[in-house]
Amino acid sequence: MASMRDIKRRIKSVGSTQQITKAMNLVASSKLARAKTRFSETKPFFRYTRRAIAQIVNGSSGASHPYLQSREVKKVCVMVITGDRGLCGGYNTNVCKAALNAAPDTDVTFVTIGGKGRDYLRHRNKDIAKSYRGISEKPNYDDARLIGEKVLKMYDEGEVDEIYLAYTEFVSTISNEPKVIKLMPLNADEFTDVKTEDKDLTLTIYEPGEEEVLDYIIPKYVNTILYGAMVESAACELSSRMTAMDSATENASEMIDDLNLLYNRVRQGAITQEITEIVGGSNALQG
Amino acid sequence: MAENKIALKVITPNREMFSGKADMVILRTTSGDVGILHGHQPMVTVLDYGVMRIQNEGEEDKTAAVFGGFAQIGENGIIVLTDIAEWADEIDLSRAEEARKRAEERLSKKSADIDVLRAELALKRALVRIGLKE
Repeated sequence: MASMRDIKRRIKSVGSTQQITKAMNLVASSKLARAKTRFSETKPFFRYTRRAIAQIVNGSSGASHPYLQSREVKKVCVMVITGDRGLCGGYNTNVCKAALNAAPDTDVTFVTIGGKGRDYLRHRNKDIAKSYRGISEKPNYDDARLIGEKVLKMYDEGEVDEIYLAYTEFVSTISNEPKVIKLMPLNADEFTDVKTEDKDLTLTIYEPGEEEVLDYIIPKYVNTILYGAMVESAACELSSRMTAMDSATENASEMIDDLNLLYNRVRQGAITQEITEIVGGSNALQG
Repeated sequence: MAENKIALKVITPNREMFSGKADMVILRTTSGDVGILHGHQPMVTVLDYGVMRIQNEGEEDKTAAVFGGFAQIGENGIIVLTDIAEWADEIDLSRAEEARKRAEERLSKKSADIDVLRAELALKRALVRIGLKE
């Protein structure tokens, strides 16, 4: 049986762990509040860009722009958005798993945003073309633009034939879901969830020209989607960390209760034993 | 008589900057200024760095600096999607002047082709801001 001193030490160490998890929970929830406002601020931009692109893609069915045409797939690029840090439940692992399953039968190269995704894929000996750290928690549009441009360049130069993006969708504060979307090439059927105007769009004028407009807008679209996904993932990371730390704190107090019970039992046992010894000793003297 | 106004939304990654109606909206596209009225044909156009002007009769024009992006004109009016946009009263003139000086210096040196493009863009941005202020 563990000695009293050992148990006392355990209680203390679990207690200090609990303090840490509690603090992390509080930090995560205050950061989450901020991340959620950011998320709701970027949402309109995200939504309207998607809608505009949907209309353009549907309206210009005749365009033979390289961004709109599928080609033979030899290599695929999968971008993964994870956090830089752990202790956030299954958040990082879930999105990494989704990324691995994005294109199981083809040659894949990964672009990771967030240290955890890089570690995960490197551990499994995957090909990583680029990895970024230190931007997951506070994404800004410029980072998204730089990454978007790099990835699109890979596509332009024929290094990869398709681009996927794996990120985490924010369902609510207590639930989120990993999601994989196809970024390139663009297909009209990617946008079936977007409502477009019924009016005949073939009459749309493109200024200066259809080709130029697509050249300009599609890279922009990629950046926007990437930025939106980064902001959304950041909110997810914080919400999963908050939930994970909340249950850790709860588990710690349960553990402390159990240990306290054990401690008292052991202490009682020791006292009983001492009394028995004293009684036994005095009996022997008298006898 | 039906209201002859066009709906306009201006959206940047960080905020929904404007949502309302206007008699006419003037945008700086890559092929020049265009004024858009109610009932315009569907159009998608790429925007240049420049001033956007929102006109309403009986009101003072609202002006904003818009840096790139694109505008989509459809049944629901105009949607301007841009990376950066600032209202005239949000612009800090002295900062813009400084930025202009910095960019001009950098361009005049032309030492090792360090981001000539970036300096040019910075200069363009500064000039738009200053132009709007004056």
